[in-house]
Amino acid sequence: MKPKDISEHYVLSSSPHTHSHASVSRIMLDVIIALLPTTAAGIYFFGMPAVWTIAVCVSTCIVVESLCRIAMRREGTVGDFSAVLTGLLLALNLPAGIPLWMAVVGSVFAITVCKQVFGGLGKNPFNPALAARAFMLISFTGPMTTWLKPFWWRTPEAVTTATPLASMKGMFVSEATAQATMKAGEAGIPGLTDLIIGNMPGCIGEVSSAALLLGGIYLLLRKVITWHIPVSFIATVWLYSFFAGGASAHIQLLTGGVMIGAFFMATDYVTSPTTSKGKLIFGTGCGLLCMLIRQFGSYPEGCSFAILIMNSVCPLINRWTQPKPFGFKK
Amino acid sequence: MKVVKSAFKFKGGVHPDYNKGLANNKLIEALPMPSELVISMSQHLGAPAKCIVKPGDYVSRGQIIGERNGFISVCVRASASGLVKAVEKRLGPAGGKADAVILDTTASAPEGVEMLGDGPVLKPLDWENSSREELIARVEEAGICGMGGAGFPTSVKLNPPPGKRCEYLIINGAECEPYLCADHRVMVEKASRIRLGVEIMRKILGECAVRIAVESNKPDAIQALSEAFADISGNVEIVVLSVLYPQGSEKHQIFATVKRIVPEPPALPIDVGCVVENVSTAVAIADAVEKGEPLLERVTTVSGDAISEPKNILAPCGTKYSDLVQFCSGTKETPAKVISGGTMMGFAVPSLEIATTKTTSGILLLSSRRVFQYTSGPCINCGRCVRACPMCLNPADISKAVEANDISDAERAHVMTCIECGACSFSCPAYRTITQFCRRAKNSIRARIAAEKAKAAAAQNAAEKKEIQK
Repeated sequence: MKPKDISEHYVLSSSPHTHSHASVSRIMLDVIIALLPTTAAGIYFFGMPAVWTIAVCVSTCIVVESLCRIAMRREGTVGDFSAVLTGLLLALNLPAGIPLWMAVVGSVFAITVCKQVFGGLGKNPFNPALAARAFMLISFTGPMTTWLKPFWWRTPEAVTTATPLASMKGMFVSEATAQATMKAGEAGIPGLTDLIIGNMPGCIGEVSSAALLLGGIYLLLRKVITWHIPVSFIATVWLYSFFAGGASAHIQLLTGGVMIGAFFMATDYVTSPTTSKGKLIFGTGCGLLCMLIRQFGSYPEGCSFAILIMNSVCPLINRWTQPKPFGFKK
Repeated sequence: MKVVKSAFKFKGGVHPDYNKGLANNKLIEALPMPSELVISMSQHLGAPAKCIVKPGDYVSRGQIIGERNGFISVCVRASASGLVKAVEKRLGPAGGKADAVILDTTASAPEGVEMLGDGPVLKPLDWENSSREELIARVEEAGICGMGGAGFPTSVKLNPPPGKRCEYLIINGAECEPYLCADHRVMVEKASRIRLGVEIMRKILGECAVRIAVESNKPDAIQALSEAFADISGNVEIVVLSVLYPQGSEKHQIFATVKRIVPEPPALPIDVGCVVENVSTAVAIADAVEKGEPLLERVTTVSGDAISEPKNILAPCGTKYSDLVQFCSGTKETPAKVISGGTMMGFAVPSLEIATTKTTSGILLLSSRRVFQYTSGPCINCGRCVRACPMCLNPADISKAVEANDISDAERAHVMTCIECGACSFSCPAYRTITQFCRRAKNSIRARIAAEKAKAAAAQNAAEKKEIQK
């Protein structure tokens, strides 16, 4: 982006001759900045294993991206920070205690199979970090569903536990059962404050709703994302759980991947619709599928699958929601 | 007369760096007559004028040197007296080559040649007692075309086809292009001339409401206009528009001022009862009618960070850029790019030997610090161009289609509706040259349509020949 040496001739180019100075790397950097609060929260609750997972994922993604570009004989793209972001997002979607070699396998999968085989940034149909997480969930089901307790080092006798969502999987059956489950799983369901600050088991980056909201607001203020996907996603989850599960709707919102999904995963440009209308459909679809999977699926958590499914229909949504040119009747 | 704030905002638009402060408080200065003028036959939209002088001819100021050549065309008059040195193809401000008359203005009139003298070129008209037809004829013979940029023949615009009536005359003083302030200065310094032009146009168009559209970043222009129009009769409003590019685009201005939407092409503003004219055009009409002065000169902003003293210059049409730059005390550093027009829609030109036309509202000389050379990346589907597009297109999809050489896909995405305002390329974080992709698609579609027409005409010719042979 630096001007080359211009001494003899005037530069000729097609208009416009000015630019907003927005850049892909700045956008990626903004998302990374927005993820810092939740990264910090994850490290605070889960300690060194979280640090190692993040470091391993990010560095693996950078190395693999460079190698891929060299193998493909294309120009390097590490400078656009998209690989760093993929690594960070993947790490934030993993349990802190995951064996590091598995994190390496997941990162390699994310960059190669989910991104570079399609031609790199902008061409991938699925969110690389989420697709890699789904791949890991199937390949390493045990480690991927073993959760470290927050501040696990303080209670050496019971290091791992179930997530709140797993504890209340029965919530949808009936109000009575839900009450019973809630009581039975009382130990598993944290209080409201803990839910908000993230003092509960879960993936590194998904536990602290407060930190995620902070990052989301930053993205909105920086105009990196628009409100359409997060609001429609979160509203759908809340409405569904309110009508299907009663008073504990906020728990559905504050646990699992809804917050990180709504602000950071579903808003991925490449794999979400372009128009506002399309974004609303997309966000609503994500929320609905997420709750259907939580209620009827065999996994306690459905957020990543919901987003991946909606990723696959994104081209269709784009086709439905093409803007109508100014002045056109239809 | 009222000053109102526009309540209607079109979708899209961007906020480029305006950089108007370089020249927007500089008084209009008249350029001493340059020794050589390069007067193009193609200063307007439509068919170029037909050159009727030859090398060796002596022409006097105001004399017709190019005849109107078709319905969408205007005549060209000599901006100064002088000797025709040559008639040759010259590169114009917009990149295309066209016939131009090279005039030596220092040559004195040879003996025996009758001079028109220093008086008015045309007979001044008493506009209040002139007929509509007389006034339209005057606008036509004065060689007036839209001075905002596109250069559409004004006499055609002021003469709506039968059955169509102008309800709103909109005077475009938005000047949303960065750097340019020629119209701004005209509004401040010639507000009463604008008023006269408006009154003449109102007489031509029949009783219609008048809306004068000015962006809110020109408070002195709004002040000057509201003083000049204070006691005007009829339905006249100054509409203050919010600062948003491209507020000066005809369709968007119509929406912002009177909330009417021009339907899809081939509909024109007159189909929704609107005629839009630039403020400088209004002044040109006033001069042509009241003073008998044809359109021979215009105000051009010369600006940019490489210019020593940015200025607003009243210069004859056909002044070479080098003369304008010299009048601004030259350059203070090496210009890396020379632009005819503003930074959003202007044309980069290869030399300073190019000359101004009736539509040259500005030239910019930018240093290398202001010139961006970059490599484009892949589209990341962020939707910034979709949000920026004032025509509500999907520039991302169009650019991807053109990149894949799928012009018909671009056509399905309504690329022909694109006004090439540049908002998409401006906002693209991957630095994709989206506007250029749109131009490419439009040019290739136009070429295809022209080829189809030619083929159909040839086939018809052949059929007719056969018929005759039989």
